[in-house]
Amino acid sequence: MIELRGITKAFGNNAVLRGVDLSVTKGESLVVIGGSGTGKSVLLKCILGIVQPDAGEILLHGKPLDRDVFLQDFGMLFQGGALFDSLPVWHNVAFRQRQGKNRLTKPQAIELAVEKLRRVGLKPETAYLHPAELSGGMQKRVGLARAIASDPSVIFFDEPTTGLDPIMAGVINKLIREIVVEMGATSITITHDMSSVRAIADRVAMLHDGKLRWQGDVGEIDQSGDPYLDQFVHGRADGPIEGVR
Amino acid sequence: MQAILLINSFFASIGRSTLALLASIGRLVIFMADSLGHIVRPPFYPAEFLQQLLRIGYFSLPVVGLTTLFTGGALALQIYAGGARFNAESVVPSIVAIGMVRELGPVLAGLMVAGRVGASIAAEIGTMKVTEQIDALTTLSTHPVKYLVVPRILAATLAMPVLVLIGNIIGVMGGYLVGVYRLDFNSAAYISNTVDFLETADVTSGLIKAAVFGFIVAVMGCYNGFQSERGAQGVGQATTNAVVSASILILASNYLLTELLFSA
Repeated sequence: MIELRGITKAFGNNAVLRGVDLSVTKGESLVVIGGSGTGKSVLLKCILGIVQPDAGEILLHGKPLDRDVFLQDFGMLFQGGALFDSLPVWHNVAFRQRQGKNRLTKPQAIELAVEKLRRVGLKPETAYLHPAELSGGMQKRVGLARAIASDPSVIFFDEPTTGLDPIMAGVINKLIREIVVEMGATSITITHDMSSVRAIADRVAMLHDGKLRWQGDVGEIDQSGDPYLDQFVHGRADGPIEGVR
Repeated sequence: MQAILLINSFFASIGRSTLALLASIGRLVIFMADSLGHIVRPPFYPAEFLQQLLRIGYFSLPVVGLTTLFTGGALALQIYAGGARFNAESVVPSIVAIGMVRELGPVLAGLMVAGRVGASIAAEIGTMKVTEQIDALTTLSTHPVKYLVVPRILAATLAMPVLVLIGNIIGVMGGYLVGVYRLDFNSAAYISNTVDFLETADVTSGLIKAAVFGFIVAVMGCYNGFQSERGAQGVGQATTNAVVSASILILASNYLLTELLFSA
């Protein structure tokens, strides 16, 4: 469904992506792992068009990706939630549906937001709060509700459990997996949290040094035989990946 | 050999600074052209525009009103003291009116709005940038320039002339209060002198200046907000840059506009 061919991106002298080839098929949950600074976020931003790759191509259903068309059927959960501070929760969740010619009325938008908030385990009264009044875990859930508000066929998750306690991280992982399966959506998640990988992934790809180091089914990550992946999966300080990057 | 290296490094640093300056000007011009292009192309966000109109126009009224009120009063005192040297105390009403409407009203309102609104725009957009809210807008099929920049530019450009018009009236009233109650001018004569000497062109030129200053404040606030990076420090820097650059551009464009509107 989404295919990346030879993507390269450098910021000045810092080559972040050095020829990444990657693909995700329809309905698949791909998790991209890698240490900090290995280019995971840049990879996502290249697909979204927020960062322009220096070389390579991005295909959607075999054709060059049309960003405007792609984003119409797309949702994303950002690392920090990226909720709009000035808007109440209901407007954050139904933001897309409040734009354009066929925009929802305020009562319709609130109804949709309440339905999506309930899906991520939040009470209806949360809809009337502002993001600043929510805890970190609640903000992530509201971000998740916003990502699924239009029932998109593609969802990206950027570090979905960063900054959360293990229990809340488990709740978010479970929600993501349930929602992706239930909606039949294609998803790409970037994370360095192995509990997220095991809970969310169908397939795992590891980025290291700007290149795809390993990819395979989630069940294979413990017996991959790749020293880089092995060190990452087990969180060892010693190994081929340098501790100080 | 060392002297040659020093000279080389001196010229290299001048070259780097020049290139950086030209790059900044280029980025600003592209940003302005992009923003102006989006003003005429749908989709439009009327609710955002009205909200900004309220924030930029209505909520700036107290600060602009107080500034012009005290300035009008001080101007009356200064002109009275200066005019007394030439036995020309009677020019106080007309000079206060002309000075306020042509020059002080628009410039002072512009500088106050640059401090109040320019800083707020830069801080808000800068925070949105560093917390990925602007990226989130993009992923929600909403163009950040259309949604964030266009309503602010339109609101500031349209609100400033109204703000300045009200500020002018308050400023002239400040002069009147000082003139009548402190300098013992006759009330009717003061008003008559003010009205008689003031021409339509004086008022319209001030309002044209106000619209240009409003545009500058909004553009510099939005541009610096979009350029901000590196967390809280970057947002702070963007806010400072927005206020300083808008203030300098207001003063420079004020001179150019005065040349353009009054050179005969």
